Amino acid sequence: MTARSAIGKDIASGGALAIAAAVRAGQASAVQIAEAALARIEADDPALNSFTTVTAERALAEARAVDARRAQGYDPGPLAGVPYAVKNLFDIAGITTVAGSKIDAERPPAAADATAVRRLAEAGAVLVGALNMDEYAYGFTTENTHYGPARNPHDRDRIAGGSSGGSGNAVAGGLVPLSLGSDTNGSIRVPASLCGIFGLKPTYGRLGRGGARPFVASLDHVGPLARSAADLAAAYDAMQGPDPRDPACAGRPVEPALPQLARGVDRLRIAVAGGHFAGAGEAAEAVATVAQALGVATRTIEVPEAARARAAAFIITASEGGNLHLSDLRTRAADFDSMTRDRFLAGTMVPAAWVIQAQRFRGWFRERVLELFREVDVLLAPATPCPAPRIGQETIEIDGVEVPMRPYLGVYTQPLSFIGLPIVAVPVHLPGKLPIGVQVIAAPWREADGLRIAAALERDGVVTAPVPGNGTAA
Amino acid sequence: MTDRAFDAEAYVDAAAPLVGLTIDPAHRPGVLLNLERIAAMAALVMDFPLPDEAEPAPVFRP
Repeated sequence: MTARSAIGKDIASGGALAIAAAVRAGQASAVQIAEAALARIEADDPALNSFTTVTAERALAEARAVDARRAQGYDPGPLAGVPYAVKNLFDIAGITTVAGSKIDAERPPAAADATAVRRLAEAGAVLVGALNMDEYAYGFTTENTHYGPARNPHDRDRIAGGSSGGSGNAVAGGLVPLSLGSDTNGSIRVPASLCGIFGLKPTYGRLGRGGARPFVASLDHVGPLARSAADLAAAYDAMQGPDPRDPACAGRPVEPALPQLARGVDRLRIAVAGGHFAGAGEAAEAVATVAQALGVATRTIEVPEAARARAAAFIITASEGGNLHLSDLRTRAADFDSMTRDRFLAGTMVPAAWVIQAQRFRGWFRERVLELFREVDVLLAPATPCPAPRIGQETIEIDGVEVPMRPYLGVYTQPLSFIGLPIVAVPVHLPGKLPIGVQVIAAPWREADGLRIAAALERDGVVTAPVPGNGTAA
Repeated sequence: MTDRAFDAEAYVDAAAPLVGLTIDPAHRPGVLLNLERIAAMAALVMDFPLPDEAEPAPVFRP
């Protein structure tokens, strides 16, 4: 190995903004970084099963373009040379978007990049591949029968969470510093929690979903996962803006979060979400750790009717998801993953009265929660009820009660994405235990509040995302 | 119907043809289990009194 490539490898194992700074300053070339990332993927992906496609050719072409722009004196972008990968439901021009399915593998290659991919490319980031997920995003575990389970870097016999499992374990395992996922009921926050990294589910309608395979149009969000709050904010900022391809995109003005991180938690009113979100075991310990660090250990606010909110999200999800795939369910149900098929089939038969009542309840619940945000700016809740379960595990024990593992993983995330609140999942590493996440929940359109708290907790060492085996936080 | 025992078997027999589905016998137990799970969730939602003014949440912008 030459000295220059050794430097590239060292920088490539760092965070997104560190890589961008090195590339922008000419301390490393984007091509060196891309080559190092591709080598890391080749070495470590077989054990983690993160990637379903590696886009080496595109990565090197994008990296060469970044280096050329810099050489010509142009700004190579805020994410210059940052390797990233996307859940395989995001369109990548020239690659078939499989969305974790066998059925969609028969589709032609995507004609154009998804909006989020295009925005990251414009910011100078370098796409290295597409990532494993639950079929059609309907799951919290990424135990994908077609493509194999995504494995947790902290214990490879355990799940990485889902449905953005590859987006979680690729970042947590140090294969890439940044990934994109989607979150309908918790699919960014659950893998972020179980893999011990940061994840952002922005406000519903904030980031354009154009070119991302839909699951539940009423509830789908896209967002980034990373190993630091600043990297998360930088990626989020790069993806903001209107999206004519997404009818739910609110077209808000760009409100950069990264410049606000230095403000810390000053003046933010924070409370712990009580009742439904009380949690037990490690989930409660993680929230208590974060709350204590923020000085709000005794301030609790009840979120009314959260269990019903989860139920309503469950119904909307089943019915919209089932309807979306009805045609294939009629003609080729056997080609679906056995992990999702029966739920999709059941979802096609949900009575309209339940769905409409669930949507009406959604409006009611939003009003009640918005009232809470007059008293506080941010709420804290567990991201998952437990750290990563084992692959294939059927049940988990919560407070002495045995519950089905797979649906229960979303018990704390589902009521909140239901009303589109912006949430940062922050990773807590309790001594001697697997990591688990805490949701930092902000008011609609206040992503920066959650990111400020995440950055402050990170600065104080309360939340960290060390790559297992590397020994230090990256 | 959500406040008494839900007959998922009878429901699937009636509803599947309505949406043009033939449920493979191998998939039937899983479909029944999932419908029962959804029905239990629906009981929570349907039991909650909502005012007539509570409109469905999605906004259609023409």
